[in-house]
Amino acid sequence: MSAETFTPRPGAAPLSRMIRAQAALETRMLLRNGEQLLLTVVIPTLLLVLFSAVDIVDTGEGKAVDFLAPGVLALAVMSTAFTGQAIATGFERRYGVLKRLGATPLPRWALMTAKTCSVLVTEVLQIALLTVIAFALGWSPQGNPFAVLLLLVLGTAAFSGLGLLMAGTLKAEVTLAAANLVFLLLLVGGGVIVPMEKFPGGVRAVLELLPISALSDGLRDVLQHGAGMPWGDLGILAVWAVLGLGAAAKLFRWE
Amino acid sequence: MRSVFPGDTPEAPDRPAVEIRGLVKRYGPKAAVDGLDLSVARGGLTAVLGPNGAGKTTTIETCEGYRRPDAGTVRVLGLDPVADSAALRPRVGVMLQSGGVYAGARAEEMLRHVAALHAHPLDVPSLIDRLGLGSCGRTAYRRLSGGQQQRLALAMAVVGRPELVFLDEPTAGLDPQARHATWDLVRELRTDGVTVVLTTHYMDEAEALADDVAIIDSGRVIAQGSPEELCRGGAENTLRFSGRPGLDLGSLLKALPAESTATELTPGTYRVGGRIDPQLLATVTTWCAQNGVMPDRIAVERHTLEDVFLELTGKELRA
Repeated sequence: MSAETFTPRPGAAPLSRMIRAQAALETRMLLRNGEQLLLTVVIPTLLLVLFSAVDIVDTGEGKAVDFLAPGVLALAVMSTAFTGQAIATGFERRYGVLKRLGATPLPRWALMTAKTCSVLVTEVLQIALLTVIAFALGWSPQGNPFAVLLLLVLGTAAFSGLGLLMAGTLKAEVTLAAANLVFLLLLVGGGVIVPMEKFPGGVRAVLELLPISALSDGLRDVLQHGAGMPWGDLGILAVWAVLGLGAAAKLFRWE
Repeated sequence: MRSVFPGDTPEAPDRPAVEIRGLVKRYGPKAAVDGLDLSVARGGLTAVLGPNGAGKTTTIETCEGYRRPDAGTVRVLGLDPVADSAALRPRVGVMLQSGGVYAGARAEEMLRHVAALHAHPLDVPSLIDRLGLGSCGRTAYRRLSGGQQQRLALAMAVVGRPELVFLDEPTAGLDPQARHATWDLVRELRTDGVTVVLTTHYMDEAEALADDVAIIDSGRVIAQGSPEELCRGGAENTLRFSGRPGLDLGSLLKALPAESTATELTPGTYRVGGRIDPQLLATVTTWCAQNGVMPDRIAVERHTLEDVFLELTGKELRA
């Protein structure tokens, strides 16, 4: 260190550089984590391939893949925005990462922006992979791409709010267990691979209000049936997004 | 490159780097910090010394903006750590007692990241080298030893070239070699004009490093000053010597100033207590010469901060 001294020269990096660096680090951490990849990549891929190839679930009229692909896309969004983000953020809180970053020039809102960017990058990778596989399995999607995009964005917002709410209020171990359990329950009960028609009417009415049901149903309406804007499902997702993000903003504890 | 950058310190340069007045911080009914006053001079190295649970970390974390005072005021570089957090964060380096790194991040990756959040960071490879982390730059944080994790945390505190660093127990649990490497770096920070505030429960650390020591007990500063001032102030020193057993100390006591003491600790080992100055030393050696005693191993024993702490609180520092 002869050439360099510790002579003070403080200063924050430009915001855009900070957010970019933070988003890149978060994405690397996620892609390096084996359990996270299991949730975000392996499980959705396996479900898509397995249930399209083998006639286990009665998916109704038409090709199985046309029913399954929208559900698996919804699952991919949930796995990253909710389960993955909740578990990662819960442990970041537990290990003092959020606390330590709070002492750097990175503002908290910029940290959350970076987290969102990281979630979106991961989702783009997931969706690209799943789309390629679905096409290979003979998928023929229809409908308005803008409606699909809107559903994915609102779904991401809804699941992020719930994931961050969990990560910011519960202990990391509880978040880990609960986020996985919720993932599993919503996988089964949220219209991802099991059509909602299989559930009795009363139960179904409740299940249809879940964010995962709204997302998978909305995506299916558009991609499988060529519907226009699925306003009902978008409305449900918007309500979850407002409630989840609002509660997270109010209740999130950084330490 | 030792110049102070103009424009970086708009407030008066003689104003203390840290000013704490009447700080109170409660956790439930218990006050962790209870009316604490502390002033830290710019450019110096201040050690906050106290036993575990004295309120050191709470005090430091209030300065870092993590805790809101229940009462009292805290100013860091003239600013409010909570309200002016955005302005302060680039200027203040923080070393937490533990954690702060992604479990899956590599040591060098994490340091590079913190560097990237600053405008003029230090060169990461040379800092890694400097702290002996070169062999584990590619190792995931969770696989680093405790000492390596400590050194990474220290590197993260200084990489942004702050004016002021808070180091919370920077050498706790380090082996002697790593401890000295950390001391060297801390001294260099001070030489280069960085104000350093560190907490420690190691006496020798405070004595070896600090210009100024604040002794904290039960959430208050009970003494503050340079190590020399603290060791001199009030505490009496002792003089020990060895000679033949059974000397008549009565005649020595007559020759010594009134408040002095003289005792035979074990046969042939003597202790003289009181204000030990050159005159007293001369009196003792004269008395020895008069009595035909060759005083082996004559030694003046200075009080350490440990003694000072014990006297002030009646407690062992490490207890």
